[in-house]
Amino acid sequence: MLIKNGRVIDPASGLDAQRDILVRDGVIAAVEAPGVLAGVEVAETLDATGCVVAPGFVDVHVHLREPGQTYKETIATGTSAGAAGGFTSVVAMPNTVPVNDTVASLEWMLEPARNSAVRLFAMPAATMGSMGAELSDYPALARAGAVGFTDDGKPVLEDAMMRAALLSAGRLGLVVSQHAEDTRLTGGCSMNAGPVAFRLGLRGMTIEAESRIVERDIALLRDIEAKDGVRPHLHVQHVSTARAMQAIQRAKSDGLHVTCEVAPHHFTLTDEAIGDFNTNAKMNPPLRVESDRLAMIAALLDGTVDCIATDHAPHARHEKEQEFERAPNGITGLETALGLALRVLHREHGMPLARVISLMSANPASIVKLNDAGSLKPGAWGDLVVFDAGAEWQFTASASRSMSKNTPFDGAAMLGRIKATVVGGRVVFKS
Amino acid sequence: MTDSLSPYAPGSLITVAGLPIAEVASILALTTRLEKMAAAERRQLLAGRTLALLFYESSTRTRTSFELAAKSLGATTTLVSDKSSSIEKGESLKDTGLTLRALGAECIVLRHSAGGAPFLLARTTGLPVLNAGDGMHQHPSQALLDLRTILSRLGLADRPVDDKVLAGVTITITGDIRHSRVARSNAMLLPRLGAKVLLCGPVELLPEEAATLGEGVEIVRDFDTALRRSQVAMMLRIQSERLAGLKLDLNEYIAGYQLTAARLERCSPNALVMHPGPMIRGLEIQGEVADSPNSAIEQQVSNGLAVRTALLVRALGVSL
Repeated sequence: MLIKNGRVIDPASGLDAQRDILVRDGVIAAVEAPGVLAGVEVAETLDATGCVVAPGFVDVHVHLREPGQTYKETIATGTSAGAAGGFTSVVAMPNTVPVNDTVASLEWMLEPARNSAVRLFAMPAATMGSMGAELSDYPALARAGAVGFTDDGKPVLEDAMMRAALLSAGRLGLVVSQHAEDTRLTGGCSMNAGPVAFRLGLRGMTIEAESRIVERDIALLRDIEAKDGVRPHLHVQHVSTARAMQAIQRAKSDGLHVTCEVAPHHFTLTDEAIGDFNTNAKMNPPLRVESDRLAMIAALLDGTVDCIATDHAPHARHEKEQEFERAPNGITGLETALGLALRVLHREHGMPLARVISLMSANPASIVKLNDAGSLKPGAWGDLVVFDAGAEWQFTASASRSMSKNTPFDGAAMLGRIKATVVGGRVVFKS
Repeated sequence: MTDSLSPYAPGSLITVAGLPIAEVASILALTTRLEKMAAAERRQLLAGRTLALLFYESSTRTRTSFELAAKSLGATTTLVSDKSSSIEKGESLKDTGLTLRALGAECIVLRHSAGGAPFLLARTTGLPVLNAGDGMHQHPSQALLDLRTILSRLGLADRPVDDKVLAGVTITITGDIRHSRVARSNAMLLPRLGAKVLLCGPVELLPEEAATLGEGVEIVRDFDTALRRSQVAMMLRIQSERLAGLKLDLNEYIAGYQLTAARLERCSPNALVMHPGPMIRGLEIQGEVADSPNSAIEQQVSNGLAVRTALLVRALGVSL
């Protein structure tokens, strides 16, 4: 396949220029100045005139609901939404039914029979059943393809258990990805603590509930490095508060191996978006206040944040159409990530295009050690995305490829429209 | 919320937030007109009309008040409570609402333990919904009846209801403000009519963010200080069922925040005393204060009936 006439932006190789790209046998075969590849015989040509061509996006945090909750999403529909959003690799979280905590369930999930539209990876549960009591079999899961371990929505609360998880994963060179929430402080809470929660009469989650776990995990990293001769890797999921971000920044400057992600909704919205108890604005961590939103943007700009992750969390309409406190947490996000990142980070806050691309491709790929993803260097996977960076459009939830439509961004303005998504030299989405 | 952009049916009353002052004035005027009407004439207003009272939380005062209001207008009412109905079997609020609509309900009065439930019901059924109290969020009919009580007891009933009608009036709301939908509704409505609202209570029951409820809202921790500035003392019950882990020393609370005859005499002997009920005599208020000439507590109840009559007429779109 030949992708020609595009502006190729590949942050991993520092390239930003007009280039044609040849993908052969599923990998990048050549990146050349316009016209150089003109004589090469290819089965398919993709004209990227007026568009950016970038490495396919990698999302280290998605919920695909299969097995067990296929009325919300399946691997096929969720990854199809991913393809529509420019993602070529996604990492599935383990909170399926049953929880993905064994080699058998991991292998089942990764089978071709699941019909994933893009490359599918998974982080199995850090503890059996995500119950926090017993580690899952990390070496066996790693051999079966695990790219990290996480209990996702259920943080590993016990110090000793989290220490064991970091140590075991660290010995294998894999990441432990933590949902930072001290659930002992958030019982009965359904949104961010503060004036909006007070006005709505809802119990609120304090920022300390997030920062305490981050600080605890960082202390564990320090302890393990000092005592065990292992350098564990902690990845903090969807950071939402300035305080937790400061802790991460300090840990990074101390040389600890900490990475973190921010979700598009946390740099776009505040808790005011809940309005009249809109359950499509209910997620965990919750939407915070403006100062936290701006702190997420500042940390994205200054490099503290390693990647953007969507936390794509589909829920059926009847589940969201409940009393706010009863409705499940989460919103879909794969199809709105680029549009929000370009609108908010690039246009409103001046983040260079290459940096946005890096946060969505090379950086997340490196967190889960996908060495052949996130780059357009010859030899890398032929995974790329073609988008019109200047296109303004409105997202319509009903047109989503996800099986669920739970998003606070229905009708929201987007910047940058995906034209095509290519995985291994095969077009998996085209608009 | 009755503007044309609202996703809620005209006649709904879910929150006082954003309720135009002109609407407040019109509801109070309608209340007075209905009160003056002969009972027989009033009974014709909603004759043949059906409304449902959907109560997910126990309530004596509000439920009876809405029910008697509906009956005085000749409406047919049906009461559905979470005990003894399909709600107990796990039916969703949306489906319960749709069932009531299919059975002919033209309006639903909803009491619910979850904040925001009336919005959900109004969005999913398209029916006018009257919020009879939702979680810790709102109790708009209570705020309106409290306003009517204040206006009449302070001799302001004949003034036009606008953003200055309560100018110069200071109202202290004391007690468990954290858990009180009544406090929220009053603190959001009264300042918009010109009143100064002082919120009073210990930090466990009154967090600092409460001051953001309205423009004229201020937190005053010392009850005596607040009372000295006030013409109205609105007392609230401690909602022990919602305390959830909060530690509160009741003796300390009583010493600091109980409205006693001595305290009232010392700080504001002419203050109007109000309480939305249910009242725990001997805790937040001394029995003799509740029964004193200062007390408007019974009048609040009768104003409740009157205001709810108007809200039902408005909800069912009957113009007088």
